Amino acid sequence: MAWFSRKKPTAPPPPGERTVRTEGLWEKCPGCSQILWRKTLQENLHVCPKCGYHFKIDALTRVKLLLDGEWEEHDRWMRSLDPLEFTDARPYKQRLATMQEKTKMLDAVISVTGKLHGRVVNLCVLELNFIGGSMGCVVGEKITRAIERSLAQRIPLIIVSASGGARMQEGAVSLMQMAKISAALMRLDEAAVPYISVLTDPTTGGVTASFAMLGDLNIAEPGALIGFAGPRVIEQTIRQKLPEGFQRSEFLLQHGFLDAVVKRSELKSYIAKALNVFCGPL
Amino acid sequence: MSDQPNHTATVPGDNLAWQRVQLARHPKRPHALDYIQRLIRDFQELHGDRRFGDDPAIVAGMGFFEDRPVMIIGQQKGRDTKQKLYRNFGMPKPEGYRKAYRVMKLAEKFRRPVITLMDTPGAYPGVDAEERGQAEAIAWNLREMARLRTPIVCVVIGEGGSGGALGIGVGNRVYMMENAIYSVISPESCAAIIWRDAALAERAAAALKLTAQDLLRLGLIDGVIPEPPEGAHADYDQAAAFLRETLLQALDELARLSPEELVEQRYEKFRKMGNFFTEEPLPDWPF
Ligand SMILES: [Zn+2]
Repeated sequence: MAWFSRKKPTAPPPPGERTVRTEGLWEKCPGCSQILWRKTLQENLHVCPKCGYHFKIDALTRVKLLLDGEWEEHDRWMRSLDPLEFTDARPYKQRLATMQEKTKMLDAVISVTGKLHGRVVNLCVLELNFIGGSMGCVVGEKITRAIERSLAQRIPLIIVSASGGARMQEGAVSLMQMAKISAALMRLDEAAVPYISVLTDPTTGGVTASFAMLGDLNIAEPGALIGFAGPRVIEQTIRQKLPEGFQRSEFLLQHGFLDAVVKRSELKSYIAKALNVFCGPL
Repeated sequence: MSDQPNHTATVPGDNLAWQRVQLARHPKRPHALDYIQRLIRDFQELHGDRRFGDDPAIVAGMGFFEDRPVMIIGQQKGRDTKQKLYRNFGMPKPEGYRKAYRVMKLAEKFRRPVITLMDTPGAYPGVDAEERGQAEAIAWNLREMARLRTPIVCVVIGEGGSGGALGIGVGNRVYMMENAIYSVISPESCAAIIWRDAALAERAAAALKLTAQDLLRLGLIDGVIPEPPEGAHADYDQAAAFLRETLLQALDELARLSPEELVEQRYEKFRKMGNFFTEEPLPDWPF
């Protein structure tokens, strides 16, 4: 388990925040309200040891969690040129720059080729911290290319979703990425190259309504919010509170939209076993 | 409206995008059945998804368009209160998308072209729709429309509400009526997210680039179908005549393609969408 031993270089907090910010060391579990030591949490794959709550993890941590060691990154320089010249409270270009600095990613997805328990796979992971993991033209193109790579080389594809859906700031361009990716998945399907979709907290909107629901297997981490419409939108529509557990992984499993709910600690071996069945053991 | 923040003042008086949003939603705007009535002879409606139920927000059926047998699918809004409720304000549920898919497969089987008319504020955001897999139903259609071995022509006739519209919108040709809109999010929701004020929708409408001209410029649609000078609501017959002309030409062109060529052409068309990125390396980038 070497993946968590590499420490990220962390900048010291600004002077004013040093005294009030304790989450550098401690974190409160949203599941059971226990205060957890962050190092314990890290060593437990960011899952609460008391109640099993799955904390959100960033894309790079996810890649390390699923792959054996080294990997090759694809399309790493790809970044959006702001097709709509969108400006809201501030220009989208500025928002992108801020996000790039904050996340050290150029857009909301990382696309890599590596090995999972010895088997070569293509893996795309969405980064929730980058404008809510939203899908614009860069996410659309990088995922489509990953599918094409899987198709050309007959390498299984894994996509880990964590996203609020299509990216508003790229308008209908974002919307069409849903169709573009789904069409590419059609070709992968025709060629019978396996695609495993992993849905994590949260996966909603245009991402759920395209590639996240189109896996040969759709699997999710426990307790993940998964849906088309967000819960707040639904509450506004029906004008009442939603029941506990609505749109969570277990709810989707019960309604027939997931093959399995898989704990983070078992995710890698689950995928490895599935690929053994689909592709034959190594 | 005196408590509106003063930045509304930056919206130009001639905000064409917002005018078109209003035209696209005009209470008298022709809906799918108004066009079907004018364009399709011997129309027979087909109900149900064979899985759960029948969704009145999507009308599907068959008939003859200019003597050609076709299948046609349209999102249908209501006009009076009773109809609006019956049609769920044009917001389809999963069974609507699954009915559409079923009828498309029939079209493929009997080698008939598919015409779809998009006009929805969005797929229905409700408890039952989520329970029955709204996202899965749309995703399924996106993938399956991509491999349908028969011509598909799609037209946004009113509101192209995000994934809800796209769920019947993957075609060999995609057109928009002149005053239709097609957007990833409604201007109201967009404004609510950005400014926490849905009243700024007109400003959001301009920012979202959701008019037919915008989508044509962005390379996302194949053409803009003209409307009568005052808008489609002013003259249904004229609007239908313009639509007929475009459909006829599109179906003529597509009739020359083999099933393989149709699938290929549709794929390539969507594959090219969204080429708005650079891949130039950044020498100063952290890692
Ligand atoms: Zn806990």
